[in-house]
Order: sequence, then C-alpha cells, then structure tokens
Amino acid sequence: MEITAHSLWTLVHGMGFGALYLLAGSGALILLYLRFSTDGPAHTLPGDDYLLGIYFTAMAALAWLTVLSGTYIIYPWYRTAAPAGATNLAAFPRALLLSHPATRQWHLIGMEWKEHVAWIVPIAITMAAYVAIKYARDIRNHPQLRHSLYGFVIISLFAAGIAGFFGAMLDKNAPVDGGQTIQLIQGEK
Amino acid sequence: MSTQTKIVPEISRSIADSSAIPNGSAAAAILSAGVGSIAVAIFDLAADKSAVAKDLFVFYKPTGALSGETTVAVLLWLAVWTILHWRWRKRNVSLPRINLVALALLGLGLLLTFPPIGDLF
Repeated sequence: MEITAHSLWTLVHGMGFGALYLLAGSGALILLYLRFSTDGPAHTLPGDDYLLGIYFTAMAALAWLTVLSGTYIIYPWYRTAAPAGATNLAAFPRALLLSHPATRQWHLIGMEWKEHVAWIVPIAITMAAYVAIKYARDIRNHPQLRHSLYGFVIISLFAAGIAGFFGAMLDKNAPVDGGQTIQLIQGEK
Repeated sequence: MSTQTKIVPEISRSIADSSAIPNGSAAAAILSAGVGSIAVAIFDLAADKSAVAKDLFVFYKPTGALSGETTVAVLLWLAVWTILHWRWRKRNVSLPRINLVALALLGLGLLLTFPPIGDLF
C-alpha cells in the first residue's frame, strides 16, 4: 500500500485540517448555543468561561493551517504548467481540467472560488477567537457580541464548506499526485 | 411593588454596564474582519481585471497572484484592526451598526469571490 507525497499533503490539507475545521464549526455552534441560550443548561465547570476562547483558537489554528498548506504547498502542484505538446496531463491537474469542456468549469468556477473564499475563514474565526478570549465571561454583558460571533462562525462555516466541497470535487476530477512514493504497508510477495 | 420591579432591573442593568469591558476592542476586531474579507475579493477582482495588478501580486511565483492578493488582504486586515483597536479600545461604540456593516462586508466578500458575480464587474 503506497501513497505519493503530493497525495499525502492533499489528505493532510483536506481531510486533516479542512474537514476537522468543518466538524469543529458544527461543534462551535452547539457550544455557542449552550453557553448563551437562556433556556439551555447552565454552565458549571470552573474554566467554562474560557472554553469558547480556547475552542475558537484551535479552530483559527486549523483554518490558518488549511489555507497556508493549500496556497503554498498544494496549489503550486495543482497549477504546474504542462510542457507544450504534452498529451498525458495527469500530472498537471489545472491543465487537465481545462483541456475538456466537461471539466473546465471545475477550475473556472470551483478552484477560482475556492482559492479565494477559503481565506475569509481564518480572518473570521480569528476575530471570533479574539473576542471570545478578550471578553470571556463578559460576553454575557454584550448580547450584540454574541450575535456577531454567531454570524461570523456561520459564514466562516459556509465559506469553509464551499472550499471543502470544491476541493473534494477537484481532487476527484483531477487529483494532485506525484512526488516521492511512500510505502505504508509492505505487500505480500 | 410596581416601583420595586422597575428599580431592580435598573440596578442590575447598571451593575452589568459598570462591570462590562468597553465594547470598542470587539468592535474593532469585528469591523476589521469584515474589511479583511472584502479586501480578499477586491484584490482578486483587481488581479482579474488588470494585468499590471496581477503581476504586482505575484509575491511567490509557484502560487502566482494568489500569494500577493491574500498577503496584502491579510496585512490590510491587521492594519485596520490595529488602528481601530487603538482608537476604540477604551470606548463603547454602536455595536449593532458595526455588526451590520461587518456582516455586510463579509457577505459581499463571499459573493464577489464567486467568479460569475466577480465577472460582472
């Protein structure tokens, strides 16, 4: 069982950082509801006021890792130009997608949207982390801050969902592959 | 009885207000996040429409213009955050209005990065 270095990075970027962010985002909405809902269960743990800040900070770290690994590690492999006259474009995902009318839009809409919209996510969630840490218990005195946190977390989740969906579809249509082969499990002879 | 029920909420509101940290720091973070989001979209549009801007945004060749567009947007976001934080950190500002503007900028950023909408400009 083998995997190439480029595929492994794609997995780390998408299934590791990105998918974990989406999972954490759903958890963040539940956490916000539990902390601030008037009819929800009251918080009892001593460090509960700081839980939200720690949680959002972890999400911000995931978001930054996702966009930085995507932009500076995987995207250069994706957009590598194919040599003139190349007929096998498997190693050039962008060129491969653009070479067929049926797949062109995956690049022209999918990648073009994904590569930019994803950057909104770390900006939005870093703000949420800062506010949750700075105001901690005091958020209860600022109902408008809670509305803002809800809004930004929901939009960041939506943006991350767009990036995740197109990332998965792009990898399905033109996988980023290549680099050193890593043997995971030795096959039987 | 009716006077008492009127006074108690007044007192608790007053206590809550006096113990609250001014909302200026949060407002600065919220508004600057909106500015950062729209900046990503605007720099993307600029690079799409102008070959000069596209070249200027190439900070790291393997990534192309995306490297500069996002780096400048992040720097702008941090600069706006720093300036607003400095000005508002000890004040209470109108948070509903800031929220509205910031969420509108965030939503616009989301829409303008969508290629069919960005191509309209």
